[in-house]
Amino acid sequence: MSETRQTLYGVLGEFDSPKTLIAAANKVREDAFAPFPVPGLSEACGLHLGLKGWKHNLVPLLTLLGGLGGGLGGFFFQYWVNVYSYPQNIAGRPLNSWPAFIPVTFELTVLGASTVAVLGMLALNKLPQPHCPLFTVPRFKRATNDAFFVCIEAGDKKFDLAGATKFLESIGGKFVTEVRDED
Amino acid sequence: MSEGPVNSPEIRRLARVLEPGYSYASVTDKISSIVLTRPVSMGWLAGFSISFVIVMVLLGSIAWLFIKGVGIWGINIPIGWGFAIVNFVWWIGIGHAGTLISAILFLLNQQWRTSINRFAEAMTLFAVACAAVFPGIHVGRPWMAFYMFPYPSTMGIWPQFRSPLIWDVFAVSTYGTVSALFWFVGLIPDLATLRDRATNKPAQIIYGMLAMGWRGSARHWHRYQSAYLLLAGLATPLVLSVHTVVSFDFAVGIVPGWHTTIFPPYFVAGAIYSGFAMVLTIAIPLRKAYGLQDFITMRHLENMAKVMLATGLIVAYGYFMEFFLARYSGNKFDMFLADQRLHGPYSHYYFALILCNILTPQLLWIQKVRTNIAALFVMSLVINTGMWLERFVIVVISLTRDFVPGAWGRYQATFWDYSTFIGTIGLFVSLLFLFVRGLPAISIAEMRELVAHTSEEHE
Repeated sequence: MSETRQTLYGVLGEFDSPKTLIAAANKVREDAFAPFPVPGLSEACGLHLGLKGWKHNLVPLLTLLGGLGGGLGGFFFQYWVNVYSYPQNIAGRPLNSWPAFIPVTFELTVLGASTVAVLGMLALNKLPQPHCPLFTVPRFKRATNDAFFVCIEAGDKKFDLAGATKFLESIGGKFVTEVRDED
Repeated sequence: MSEGPVNSPEIRRLARVLEPGYSYASVTDKISSIVLTRPVSMGWLAGFSISFVIVMVLLGSIAWLFIKGVGIWGINIPIGWGFAIVNFVWWIGIGHAGTLISAILFLLNQQWRTSINRFAEAMTLFAVACAAVFPGIHVGRPWMAFYMFPYPSTMGIWPQFRSPLIWDVFAVSTYGTVSALFWFVGLIPDLATLRDRATNKPAQIIYGMLAMGWRGSARHWHRYQSAYLLLAGLATPLVLSVHTVVSFDFAVGIVPGWHTTIFPPYFVAGAIYSGFAMVLTIAIPLRKAYGLQDFITMRHLENMAKVMLATGLIVAYGYFMEFFLARYSGNKFDMFLADQRLHGPYSHYYFALILCNILTPQLLWIQKVRTNIAALFVMSLVINTGMWLERFVIVVISLTRDFVPGAWGRYQATFWDYSTFIGTIGLFVSLLFLFVRGLPAISIAEMRELVAHTSEEHE
């Protein structure tokens, strides 16, 4: 029994339109796959939008922190350079001539926030991920073209292969297959 | 909805952002086939070869510059900023339209952005690459160009952060980085499509590595969408700041003709103006060569023409205010400079600029012109020329005519000025040729969204 547990990843069912996918995802509440962001799919998969769902999506928070880090770091770096490390009297202006530091502060705010937004999104999505058991299913290639999928993962203790297969078929899933990891 | 002209077939044809009859699969097929299955055509090969030869001209010119120094250019005191700065500002400006299309039109939920954003963003990146050549090579000792960046040097010195030139370094490098990130994030789902559709091993491996294991999971899309939205929100003020900072390079100086507060908004408007002209210059041959008329429709071309008209009017207002304020200020140096633009030795550049940037684009008020592809193409080239002339007028006339007649001079570009400039155009075009064959020129994932959206409307 433990051997099949290791290699069984889940059960995958195919759906043919965004509408049927959302209906199915609403019943399954597991991960779904679509070739483009389908409106309403996040909620159907149990992910809340907005502030309520901040735990499902840490990207905005990380972006805010990245922006603050870039901005504060940028400003105080210039402050340190001009006041402590390399003070220069330019036309009698104060060493901390902060208005002149604003353009660079602004640019570094944007740079920090954008870099963290992208790297944070990738890290939270656990990308890059060279291998995923789903890639072994030939029909799954169409997940990046014109087909929609729902996968019930086998990670759960109560997972029951026959029951999951039957359930996916009962909600309209086509070509329901078990996904096994080749290792 | 009222009947009559509003619902006429002609109006509906012009209003389409996607011709009817496309499904998810056919959109995928059509766009990905350009990259994956289409054989290399003679036209592509010829175009790429010619532009690649011009890249060699660029490399040769830069090599000669490194050997001989900036004396091979036409610059001499008082004109220390010749073609290098004119070209730099021109290229950076062209990039702005790509970010405007991808970020600002995204925030404004403009559907017509979808099929043009990908190659417009590519255009941005390539234009920034061309622009970045110039600050690097125009410093007298280019092997020390890294002095522009703050790094902990053993000499204990730092750049001067009160200088607009250092602001420029940060603005342009941030702009280049964020544009690249934005472009790459947009590409991830399409790279996965290419990975899954490629039939030969090298393509599968390369696209597979670039796609990073993307599989369209709902949880992934959830974070992806918020990252994309945040990037759009960040890129919007960024793009406005970049040309503002570029204009500070001039406006913070006290040179007559540069020291004006109108520079930032009028530089930004001019940037978007020239950028949309360049998007049209690229879009018109691209849709024809690859049969993309169903995706890049008349509606796109017409909307871009309208944006050009609007930003062109802002630019015209900028020219007028510049002139008016010079006269109104009573400052005799400013008044003299305004007079020099009209009657000085470079006045023909100024009149050519007025013709290209203000008079010709007024034809865009006429819908027949906006929907005439040949006219739009010619217009886009005229505006690009005009915007280059604008930067020439700003840089050269002011520097040759500053405060005392003893400091006046003349500027004549040399062969190497032209070869370097034309060389960057070759670099830009060859990068575009490579891009069209290596990556999907239209966002496939977003086109599927558009298909879903339009099919809902019909139901």
